[in-house]
Amino acid sequence: MTPAPATSASDQIERVARTAYGRIVAILAKRTGDLAAAEDALADAFAQALRKWPEDGIPKNPESWLVTVARNRDTDRLRSSAHRTQIAGDALSTLERRADAAIAETMNSLAIDTIPDERLKLMFVCAHPAIGAEIRTPLMLQTILGLDAATIGTAFAVPAATMAQRLVRAKAKIKQAAIPFELPDQDVMPERLDSVLEAIYGAYATHWMAASGGTQGTARDLCQEALFLADLIVDLLPDHAEALGLAALVWFIHARSAARLDETGALVPLDQQDTALWNRMALARAQALLGRASAQRTLGRYQLEAAIQSVHAARAETGRTDWGALVQLYEGVLALAPTLGAAVAQAAAVGEAHGPEAGLRALERLDAKALESFQPAWATRAHLLAGTANHLAARSAFQRAIDLATDVPSRRHLEKRLAALLKT
Amino acid sequence: MRYMFMLYNDESAFAHVTEEQMQQQFELFGQYIGQLKQAGIFVDTDWLQPSQSATTLTLKDGEKRVQDGPYAETKEQLGGYFVIDVPDLDAALAWAEKCPSAHYGIIEVRASAMPDGRNGADA
Repeated sequence: MTPAPATSASDQIERVARTAYGRIVAILAKRTGDLAAAEDALADAFAQALRKWPEDGIPKNPESWLVTVARNRDTDRLRSSAHRTQIAGDALSTLERRADAAIAETMNSLAIDTIPDERLKLMFVCAHPAIGAEIRTPLMLQTILGLDAATIGTAFAVPAATMAQRLVRAKAKIKQAAIPFELPDQDVMPERLDSVLEAIYGAYATHWMAASGGTQGTARDLCQEALFLADLIVDLLPDHAEALGLAALVWFIHARSAARLDETGALVPLDQQDTALWNRMALARAQALLGRASAQRTLGRYQLEAAIQSVHAARAETGRTDWGALVQLYEGVLALAPTLGAAVAQAAAVGEAHGPEAGLRALERLDAKALESFQPAWATRAHLLAGTANHLAARSAFQRAIDLATDVPSRRHLEKRLAALLKT
Repeated sequence: MRYMFMLYNDESAFAHVTEEQMQQQFELFGQYIGQLKQAGIFVDTDWLQPSQSATTLTLKDGEKRVQDGPYAETKEQLGGYFVIDVPDLDAALAWAEKCPSAHYGIIEVRASAMPDGRNGADA
């Protein structure tokens, strides 16, 4: 092998780390059930790669090399305990020779494609019902993508030490309780897969929230990681309608991220966004994923959410939003998973399709007590009232929505609306 | 892997249980034990006297202290346990779901930390 310059070796290591981290951790942990040990072993293997690859050149199958080196940590451990018990030196070198032979053998016999992809099993472990819902997404970001606790902590607005502690605790639970690195049985598969999808969506929601904080730079942007996970679940389950639906949803939202805020940092409602700012490639990708999902003929929550996005996206071609279709789609969402958020969104769509009074009537049909402190309900009510003659009520509704807003872009948007209303 | 199911339930609810209902419970538990044995995973089980009959003992402050009553005065009290030997948590949870007391109480599932408990019936 020709020695490669140090930079290209570390570039290569970084590239492999990005694409192979989760694959290797999954393979190592599947054998022992010990995620923390798997990550330690892989970290050692990466460290060794950083030392050896610049000198010896990059191996033909970097992933296989890393798997083998990480696995040989067991041999290393044996070697160090042998050292402690003063076993003769030639026995040690036999062991070392065997370890090197194992590396060489694996490197010759294993192509990248022959390393089985166990990441789906790892995802099921991370999103296992016995693992706290709040730590599932962080666990996935760490074990599949190799993000460190500090980066994840920043994204979740949790101190690095706290996040690290939670991750350590979750991995200890996986090991101690013996959560299996296997695909769930068919009878529990749907609910188990649902929590996997939820954890992946959680990565995107976190990115979205961080982007809404208006504090650029402080919150780590998890967008690329979320897209990677969404694409990965589709690669692993290419015929699963809801996995495709989830990926479509994430790509739709991602496609219009550039149009989401105006120059003052205020939120721009979806139906008023400048469609020229939408990413056409991402939209096409989302549409294709949704098409593949529909072909499976099993309806689900993520597909409906993606279909709602798709109706909005169609405005780039037609110049108008089909509010009637949106009312129907929200009906479907409410039938599958009734939430207050979806009910309020439907009322807003009714208001656009049949006039503000109809929208207000739809709002009135909902649980008044639950709506009392629900910010989206006040924002919707304010918007609908602004379309009627009752501007006084609209003003107080905007004020209430502003008071309840927790993110800067929404608040700025509502303040603008209120200011415009006061001028009339 | 050996797992213990600790069966917690609200003892005060038992005050209103009729003889007939009690008999029915015995039968259900008997069937459950039968299923566990037939699956070859049964290790042990017991049904405990009410928590008010409990006595606690400790030497941790250097002297022996014996007290009347359970360790923690909570609404849900430990009423019995099962020990089974299955490969992993998913299998353990599937069996916990079949336990009759799951319908009225809470089952805490814990894996054994003993070396022999961790390599038991893995196969």
